[in-house]
Amino acid sequence: MSESTEATETTRAVDTPEPAKDERPAPATPRDRLVAFTVRNWRWIALGVLLLTAVWAPFQLVPFRVFQFTMVMVYAVALLGLNLLTGHAGQISLGHGAFFAVGAYGTAVMMFHWELPYPLTLPLAAALAFVIGLAFGVPATRLRGLYLALVTLAIAIFIVPLLKRFESVTGGSMGLTLEKPSAPAWTGLAPDQWLYFLALAVTILAFVAVRLLLRSRVGRALHSVRDSETAAEVMGVKPASYKRLAFAWSAMFAGAAGCLYTWTIGFVSPDSFTVNLSITLLAGIVVGGLGSTWGPLLGGLFVMFVPSFSQDINKAAPGVIFGLLIIAVMYVAPTGLAGLAGRAAHWFNKTRSNRILRKG
Amino acid sequence: MADFLQTVIGGLSAGAIYASLALALVLIYQFTGIVNFAQGELAMFATYVAWTFIDAGLSFWLALVLTLAISFIGGMLIERVIIRPVEGAPELTLVIVTVGLFIFINAAAGWIWSFLIKDFPNPFPDGALRAGGVSLGYSTLGVFAVVGGVMGLLYLLFRYTKVGLGMRAVATNPESARLVGIRVGRTLALGWGLAAMVGAVSGVLVAPLLFLEPNMMGGVLIYAFAAATLGGFDSPLGAVVGGLIVGVAETLAGSYVDAIGSDLKIGVPLAVILGVLLLRPQGLFGRAAVERA
Repeated sequence: MSESTEATETTRAVDTPEPAKDERPAPATPRDRLVAFTVRNWRWIALGVLLLTAVWAPFQLVPFRVFQFTMVMVYAVALLGLNLLTGHAGQISLGHGAFFAVGAYGTAVMMFHWELPYPLTLPLAAALAFVIGLAFGVPATRLRGLYLALVTLAIAIFIVPLLKRFESVTGGSMGLTLEKPSAPAWTGLAPDQWLYFLALAVTILAFVAVRLLLRSRVGRALHSVRDSETAAEVMGVKPASYKRLAFAWSAMFAGAAGCLYTWTIGFVSPDSFTVNLSITLLAGIVVGGLGSTWGPLLGGLFVMFVPSFSQDINKAAPGVIFGLLIIAVMYVAPTGLAGLAGRAAHWFNKTRSNRILRKG
Repeated sequence: MADFLQTVIGGLSAGAIYASLALALVLIYQFTGIVNFAQGELAMFATYVAWTFIDAGLSFWLALVLTLAISFIGGMLIERVIIRPVEGAPELTLVIVTVGLFIFINAAAGWIWSFLIKDFPNPFPDGALRAGGVSLGYSTLGVFAVVGGVMGLLYLLFRYTKVGLGMRAVATNPESARLVGIRVGRTLALGWGLAAMVGAVSGVLVAPLLFLEPNMMGGVLIYAFAAATLGGFDSPLGAVVGGLIVGVAETLAGSYVDAIGSDLKIGVPLAVILGVLLLRPQGLFGRAAVERA
């Protein structure tokens, strides 16, 4: 979002100092150079502004809003994983809530029964979800998209009674209540602010990890599997192993998000992880933008704020909005909100290069 | 032994309901290659329509006929309005659209009729046939009769009518069907209408056993998926047989395997789906897809 507003601001900045026609070489005055720098690097500048805003926000907002934005980041991490699987590898999952639950419950059990210090639970929960994802990835690789959707939906439905059953470990229907992580004394932060910064750190880490992954050989392999398995195989990419890995990685991100969830809420119960969570996550990534960089973040905002605003109208209003939006997005904007922002950015780049061409 | 038989009968009656929803799934899959994740919700919505009629004082059977007619038209409309624009799109898109439909219909039913549980009248008389310690309830018999009747009618339609022949042609090869003068678009809409109708039957049958509420069909849908996977997604007969097998397996596992019990039997369809996909992906009656890459 902030990316596109930044874009329009810089457009205005470019429009004002229209350079004279015969000044073909690089702009001479420092002011022009600054403008040129801004135009060339507006993505980085936008990112910097976004990060600064993110760091500054928790000191300005009331605790409840801080909590809401923490949850946005929790969802964003989960959606990053789902985006990797659905947007980049082209596999559909209707059961991501189950891996989210694995991470959340894994963390809760580690903190409640084993009394592990909380920072340790994040890598362990992520690893647990990764292993379980890998195990389910084996049959998943043999399935076409549709059957994968069936299997994952069945997993999502199965997880709730499973969690209720092992009462001695999971606390049954009552769930487990935990102490939330508190800030170290030297930071002087309130608990909600500390949780916010923990979530922010994990989110940044996750975004960077996904970015690096996608820009590597692995990312190109995933895209080739998504676009044509046959072609991928001809190029020496094994579709099955990449699909399995994509499944495991996406489960890992969901697990990490689940861990953050447990830290933030301090309570887990089976009914928080029904099939609705999985479907909501899918709705979030579809509306946010499948296969886009910022889709998960936009999807997280969407999943967090649309229900809380629309619930006042009717209990069913969020569902009606989600359902209609999903269908509408698939018709008119398959790349979601991020895709719309991207189109705006593309338009901006095009007009800029047109101007340069006209100058030349 | 009597207990065992009694359990099997219970399983068969549950299976008959799964079979009818599975049949609806298979119908749509055959015509459009879409697995309709919203099928259960369509059935739930239709059941609410039936409830509204009955609540307004109509007799059950009249309400059923009206509901089936409305379902048929509704199914055709959905095909026209929602599915047609994404016809031929990648599988991912189709699945997402039907999931969107699922969310929308579920919430819409909650909006219109509220999320409170409603009682749905049982159309069949109480009482049972008894023989040798086993009792066969009239309502169980009624379920068998209705599901059997629906299947018989479908068979007659596909086997002996011109419309049915056209539908089979479209299911086999849409392009060739269009070349010989069949209106493919109309036939696809007809397929969706029929499927919505068959699904509605399962909703009306299951509502007296469960309670009528917007999430009523969630579990049934998973069983129906398992049934269709077991029987083969392209085989209507397979859907019926698969439904009965899944129903019996689920009931037996629930009553005789202590580790599963009544709460974890929802794991049975998951196990069935995984098992079938690993061992015989085309299902019991399905044709293995031969792909030329």
